Amino acid sequence: MGDAVIETRDLTKRYGTFTAVNKLNLVVRQGEVFGLLGPNGAGKTTTTLMLLGLTEPTSGSVRVLGLDPARQPLRVKARVGYMPDQVGFYDEMTARENLTYIARLNGLPGGEIDGRVTRALERVGLEGVANKRVGTFSRGMRQRLGLADVLVKQPELIIMDEPTSGLDPEASHEFLKMIQGLKEEGISILLSSHLLYQVQAVCDRVGLFNQGRMVLEGPVTDLARKVLGGAYRVHVDVEGEKSAIMEALKRLPRVHAVRAMDTTRYEVEADDDIRPEVAKAVIEAGGRLLGLGAQAQSLDDIYTAYFKKEVEHDRSQLAAVG
Amino acid sequence: MTEASLQRSVKVRRQAAAQVRQREGSPWTGMGAVILKEMADHLSSTRMFILEVLILLAALGTVYSATGQLQQTVSKDPFLYLRLFTSAMSPLPSFVSLLAFFIPLVAIALMFDAVNGEFNRRTMSRVLAQPIYRDGLLLGKYLAGLFTLALVCTAIWLLIFGLGILRLGVTPGGEEVARALLFLLATIFYGGVWLALALVFSVVFRQPATAALAAIAAWLFFTVFWGMIAGGLAQALAPVQIGLPQEILARANTELMLSRLSPNTLYAEAMVTMLQPEVRSLGLLLPTQLEGAILGAPLPLMQSLALSWPQFTGLAAGSILLFALAYVLFQRQEIRA
Repeated sequence: MGDAVIETRDLTKRYGTFTAVNKLNLVVRQGEVFGLLGPNGAGKTTTTLMLLGLTEPTSGSVRVLGLDPARQPLRVKARVGYMPDQVGFYDEMTARENLTYIARLNGLPGGEIDGRVTRALERVGLEGVANKRVGTFSRGMRQRLGLADVLVKQPELIIMDEPTSGLDPEASHEFLKMIQGLKEEGISILLSSHLLYQVQAVCDRVGLFNQGRMVLEGPVTDLARKVLGGAYRVHVDVEGEKSAIMEALKRLPRVHAVRAMDTTRYEVEADDDIRPEVAKAVIEAGGRLLGLGAQAQSLDDIYTAYFKKEVEHDRSQLAAVG
Repeated sequence: MTEASLQRSVKVRRQAAAQVRQREGSPWTGMGAVILKEMADHLSSTRMFILEVLILLAALGTVYSATGQLQQTVSKDPFLYLRLFTSAMSPLPSFVSLLAFFIPLVAIALMFDAVNGEFNRRTMSRVLAQPIYRDGLLLGKYLAGLFTLALVCTAIWLLIFGLGILRLGVTPGGEEVARALLFLLATIFYGGVWLALALVFSVVFRQPATAALAAIAAWLFFTVFWGMIAGGLAQALAPVQIGLPQEILARANTELMLSRLSPNTLYAEAMVTMLQPEVRSLGLLLPTQLEGAILGAPLPLMQSLALSWPQFTGLAAGSILLFALAYVLFQRQEIRA
């Protein structure tokens, strides 16, 4: 892991009495894909705007590529690409014209602009429609054009706000693959999203954001261990005496919990992928094994579990007070 | 605290203050790109095309009928070409009165969706994520509007001169051209005020339709109502109680000052002094001030310019003030709704 490309310290933004971002401490390192996750209105967009100097923080400090975005916005914005939520284009202009305008705003030398725009369009597979008006583009094409728009300036860091929202599953899959490709080129990426299962696939680390606070941070598997106990779930489909099977499963090493889902299905929570051990245990206990599957914890589970805990915690506190 | 440490702490604090205040980089970065793009948009838009056709028709119609009339008096008039702009032949009004009517409309059409349009198309955050300050974006948009307007006005101005040469068969004199050029300049300044006003509305209102309507309402207010309101206000501020000449004079002067708050009045006055050299005062003239004057004799150009200099600067100042207002409002705006 290299140096920090983004570093915030106690970053706070208040609108009147409403606190959008509360004492955020965030570090994104060189070459990393960091996912900022949280429900709508959690303060993700406000954070991204502060990173670009488009909104001034109320207090705290921000460093992006070692620069202060509030005081050196031009230098920051020349090196950082930003793809806003539901990116907009000039509909009456062609894709190429839209990108050329952005290239000019970046002060790129006139001779280089054409080549860079063409390469960016090829990169996202839009070279065939380069001279079509953007008004005719589909949602997925616009999103890809948004990525091309960011790539024109050859950024070191890309900040994306909800890059896959509103895309159909195929288009978002494609899009995530492109993000993966950028990561392989060594571009650092910060992406914010509320679609957890998609983000899980591309992010090295994630931060869970709620009501302006970063409540959890780390690689997905770490978070799973922290919040859910086990990081793996093994689903077993087995016929046989229930108590004996439950007993056998619980005795296995590295198992945290066993739950019976219905008459034949069980769920085992464990630190590791222990499918072979589970199979063996079930058969030794006299069961007829019908099916076996393992599933890494999804962010959705972590998320739901975390907020359930929060709510319970609040309730117990309230009860203690009452 | 010792003297030295006190000085040091003052110095540190000053440095910190300087760091906090300064932002790096020129505010004009990227402005050229904005101007080019916006002008290309304006010149190719249907909106502008319609307005250009309207103005062109108005210019051709009024000037054609004016030349018809002027052909009778070619030999008698030293300022023939200026009459092209000002003579009206029923049922057509003069070209200048049509222009005073059209210029605000063109300016409003160019600017009413300058800022809110970017928000509505969701392009604002994308553009501002590029290395450009808001200063450059706003001024770029304003200047693009001003250049477009200047281009249109100049084209029509040249067209009128060409038509004049064709129809009248005399070449314009040096002073005529200089006066007509200053008139063109006044027209562009006048347009600048309306551009800046429309720009303010485009920052204030999120809906382009609302901004356009507000700007048109302001235009109607100044065109139709301000004259009456100025009269009423003057009566209230400087009432004529006994009917003394001083009182009547004070009232008339107050009314004149009030009416000059309207860009229309300023433009009309600047235009009249430039195009009618015999105009020697824009306010009231007492008989004593006219002693020794030869009525109907034209003023030299520099005197006419001295007479309308306040009007020129007034129009420029109005543009600058309104632009500054738009700038302050735009700087304070959040990028997302």
